[in-house]
Amino acid sequence: MNSFTYARATDVADAVRLGGEVHAKYLGGGTNLVDLMRETLERPSSLVDVTGLSSAMTEREDGSILIGAAAKNTAVAEHRGVRTRYPLLARAILAGASGQIRNMATVGGNLLQRTRCAYFYDDDGSRCNKRAPGQGCDAIEGFNRTHAILGASPSCIATHPSDMCVALAALDALVHVTGSDGQRTIPFVDLHRLPGDSPEVDTTLKLGELITAVELPVLSFAQHSTYRKVRDRASYAFALISVAAAMELENGTVRDVRLALGGVAHKPWRALKLEASLKGRPATDKNFLAAAEEELAEAKPLNHNKFKVELARRTIVAVLAELAGDPS
Amino acid sequence: MSININGLSIDLPSDTRVSLLDLLRDHLDLAGTKKGCNQGACGACTVLVDGERILSCLALAVQYEGRSVTTVEGLSTEGVLHRLQRGFIEHDGFQCGYCTPGQICSALGMLAEVKRGMPSHVTGDLADGSIVLTRDELCERMSGNLCRCGAYNGIVDAIAEFAETTK
Repeated sequence: MNSFTYARATDVADAVRLGGEVHAKYLGGGTNLVDLMRETLERPSSLVDVTGLSSAMTEREDGSILIGAAAKNTAVAEHRGVRTRYPLLARAILAGASGQIRNMATVGGNLLQRTRCAYFYDDDGSRCNKRAPGQGCDAIEGFNRTHAILGASPSCIATHPSDMCVALAALDALVHVTGSDGQRTIPFVDLHRLPGDSPEVDTTLKLGELITAVELPVLSFAQHSTYRKVRDRASYAFALISVAAAMELENGTVRDVRLALGGVAHKPWRALKLEASLKGRPATDKNFLAAAEEELAEAKPLNHNKFKVELARRTIVAVLAELAGDPS
Repeated sequence: MSININGLSIDLPSDTRVSLLDLLRDHLDLAGTKKGCNQGACGACTVLVDGERILSCLALAVQYEGRSVTTVEGLSTEGVLHRLQRGFIEHDGFQCGYCTPGQICSALGMLAEVKRGMPSHVTGDLADGSIVLTRDELCERMSGNLCRCGAYNGIVDAIAEFAETTK
């Protein structure tokens, strides 16, 4: 690990001032950043600890919930309002990592964690455009069983590892950020990028911008939602495929639906084609399958991950059928 | 700049790179906490911070200034083992023993989570604030602690029995 200075931010303004310095990094729980620093994939010269900033979970009068970015994963999953009104988010968080890691990891850090692509981590042995722009990508012709099937580019096929983010994409959450130019709000689905020809850039955040809060907007049918994760072992593993979905039914017809996929792309994949296809249609397995096919029509599987297309199709249908079977 | 370890106030090292795990093992000779993978994948380094279980390998010591850390050494009192430690012996909850301190600290943190109604991945009704610690619930909640010897049956039995007697 390279040496660095450490400071605890006392408030947002203090954090942004310290975070604006060259090679500074914000530090949340450290569950990803400390590991990346140990591997020298991240080499900040200063760390600004932002875990002392707001971790409040505020339920507003309109029913929305504002989550301070320093809130721990555990606190969000445990929150009564999240459990009862946004169960897909509680379930997504509980499907991720382990009890110990969820106690450390913050919401802001979860959003900014980096891919677990093994080639990205293999500094000594592999080429990676995300780690060293322009170097090439050894995953494309390599062992790419866990890699992207949607939205990848010739320069990067990495996937985004978060579970929480898949639920936040389905919910159309809002990300509140503060930088030296002031505050702004970013729609969640615009926070992460597809790799294109600059996979070294994960998000649309400007240099030095700090995530201060995540807002869960009001979504009446979010209480009728779930998260399903398919992985290589029953627990404590990253997703091969995951589905976060909420659905509103009226007399057997899909009135509204939200669905996002994890494990398939460089960002949490909001399934807008599927949603458009299903709205107003009868909630039948046949229609669920047709909508899944439509969403996955542009999937481009690699040598080792063709199974993911079928797995995504089946998981989508199973999750929607589960939500349709319980009209409560 | 100090940190409380098993009831003693300790000065933090000036080198900000020192992990909480290395502070315990290399600086304080508290070798009970084990270094397994050193990348957050095995749980051998689990300790309690203000009663909550965390991975000390992914923690920079400096992040925990002013906090109270309990390691496996802090669980026994005057040479008398903690009841959960005795349970691991009685139920053959280990073979080589390397994962054991992490298992035990993790189990204590986990049981506190259960007590306050924290749901898990296998909890059916998220709205229900009380958790019944079934075998499925216990295994899911302990999934962050690996045992390469495969002593899981004994580990689960030891934790389940301790949970039952401390309800």
